Amino acid sequence: MQVNDFLRYTINGVRAQRLRSFLTALGIGVGIGAVVLLTSLGEGLHHFILAEFSQFGTNLIAINPGKVTTHGISGALVSNVRPLTIEDTESLKKLPQILDTVSVVQGNAAIEAGSHQRRTTIYGVDASASRVWKFAVATGRFLPDDPPRAARSFAILGSKVRQELFGSTQALGMRVRIGGELFRVIGTMESKGQLLGFDLDDAVYIPASKALALFNRESLMEIDLLHSTNSSSSVVAEQVRKVLAGRHGSEDFTITTQEKMLDVLGGVLGTLTIAVGALGGISLLVGGVGILTIMSIAVNERTGEIGLLRALGVGRNQILALFLGEAVVLAAIGGLAGLGLGVGGSWFVSLLVPALPSHTSWGYVVSAELLAAFVGLVAGVLPARRAARMHPVEALRTE
Amino acid sequence: MIHLQHIERIFLVGDEEVHALSDVSMTASDGEYIAIMGPSGSGKSSLLNIIGLLDRPDNGSYELDGIKVSELDEQQQAEIRRHKIGFVFQFFHLVPRLTAFDNIALPLMLSGIKQEERQVRVTAALAAFGLSNRAGHRPDQLSGGQRQRVAIARATIMQPSVILADEPTGNLDRSSGIEVAEILEELNRQGITLIMVTHDPDLGRRARRQILMVDGRIEHDK
Repeated sequence: MQVNDFLRYTINGVRAQRLRSFLTALGIGVGIGAVVLLTSLGEGLHHFILAEFSQFGTNLIAINPGKVTTHGISGALVSNVRPLTIEDTESLKKLPQILDTVSVVQGNAAIEAGSHQRRTTIYGVDASASRVWKFAVATGRFLPDDPPRAARSFAILGSKVRQELFGSTQALGMRVRIGGELFRVIGTMESKGQLLGFDLDDAVYIPASKALALFNRESLMEIDLLHSTNSSSSVVAEQVRKVLAGRHGSEDFTITTQEKMLDVLGGVLGTLTIAVGALGGISLLVGGVGILTIMSIAVNERTGEIGLLRALGVGRNQILALFLGEAVVLAAIGGLAGLGLGVGGSWFVSLLVPALPSHTSWGYVVSAELLAAFVGLVAGVLPARRAARMHPVEALRTE
Repeated sequence: MIHLQHIERIFLVGDEEVHALSDVSMTASDGEYIAIMGPSGSGKSSLLNIIGLLDRPDNGSYELDGIKVSELDEQQQAEIRRHKIGFVFQFFHLVPRLTAFDNIALPLMLSGIKQEERQVRVTAALAAFGLSNRAGHRPDQLSGGQRQRVAIARATIMQPSVILADEPTGNLDRSSGIEVAEILEELNRQGITLIMVTHDPDLGRRARRQILMVDGRIEHDK
């Protein structure tokens, strides 16, 4: 039997019962549609979140005080932890692979400008922060490269703070009062939007040493390092660990590389995508049961035809192939419809909720269609085997 | 040439063994016209199924055109059925969703013969059986006589050496029945061996050789 005749015969069998075939294929279609739609949303979320995090660059290393160990108590709570200092930052800066360092102190304080007052997040940082975090300045300039312990009282305003305090009037060169101390505004930031609910624009940047004094702290909250892209972050992290452990006498700090964090995050999001895909897979399973049922009915109804085919010299294996082929065709048609449903659905969702990212990857689309055909194949096995095992005499007797 | 020797066929009905065929031996030469007759349950259909390789005997040997077909496996028997044997059934057994043309073309399609050749052969067959203007009709749009003619066209499209007909007129009115019988006899005159199962004595009398079966045995062969 030629391939095109085989296809014609099986498609003919599917077409002979239009409504029934349509409903059965619909079952698979809904399943595939659900898989495609859900994985599209999952993939979209994946891309979205990774993009949010990697906007700061992937060759970042963060050092936080205190070692998270398995002792049950965070090292930060134990009194013999030495604070991370600006001097630690300076010593790390000397490492050959380290391009830039940022000392970070963060806190909340009131900022006043004229009659306006606002509580906002204050970041104590270095001149390098705008380079390391890829923050662009909208007007003026970022903090100057002053000696870290003797920085001048300059402040850079986030776009929202600028808007709230100064409105449409000029902010550059104005004096503001932060926690009672005077700062001069020398720059404003471009809008960065939100990251997981934190408004990056509702912030003010001042030198780290000033922030330490403002919040009456000795210790930095974090040191961020930007390393060159031609050395792997784990190697750099190891060197950083050696230098700091030498200075502190023990490893009382935690090193987090952005690369590792993105890996973990990517892994979690990938699992999420597969999980929602599997959820859609359940409806696919139901569709498969539908095919099993309909093919069983078809085999019953067409017993006479099976007997005839046997009499015309068709072997058992060919009967098996014919009915399997019909189940696969049924499922594949449903699968194609499902692809339409899924892709259209995710397009529709992105129209309705533009904030919800969706990303249909062709890999998922192709594997969803293959999955549909596979479901048809598996669902067709039982009925097709029954058809193949029929005794031709018995089969011919039924009419 | 059909050669059956000591054929036995036993069915289990409940826990009782029923001898559908017991020690049946017969020979049919090429081009013979045989009617197998007998009451219901006498084993005439069982005999036809064995000859048609639709069923295997429990005992005995069967030779068709010099091939010991009772020793072949399922796939090889299917090949023999395809090329040497044509079946005509009481209930026609046309595929309801296919047109007359496609029903006749079915054996050609199943054996992988190309579309162009199928077109030629089926068109010729349609003309030979007076069905040219019915080519595009489905079975439910055809009369009983036309359906059986389609079935006979299908049975002969592979140019078999034997036609096995099981009550070919049993589901037809009298005039259509006679018409179908004449078509089968015409094929027989062209050299095809015709073996027909019937319990219609009028039809049986038309055959040159009649085999009467009773209780799974050949009672009478003349």
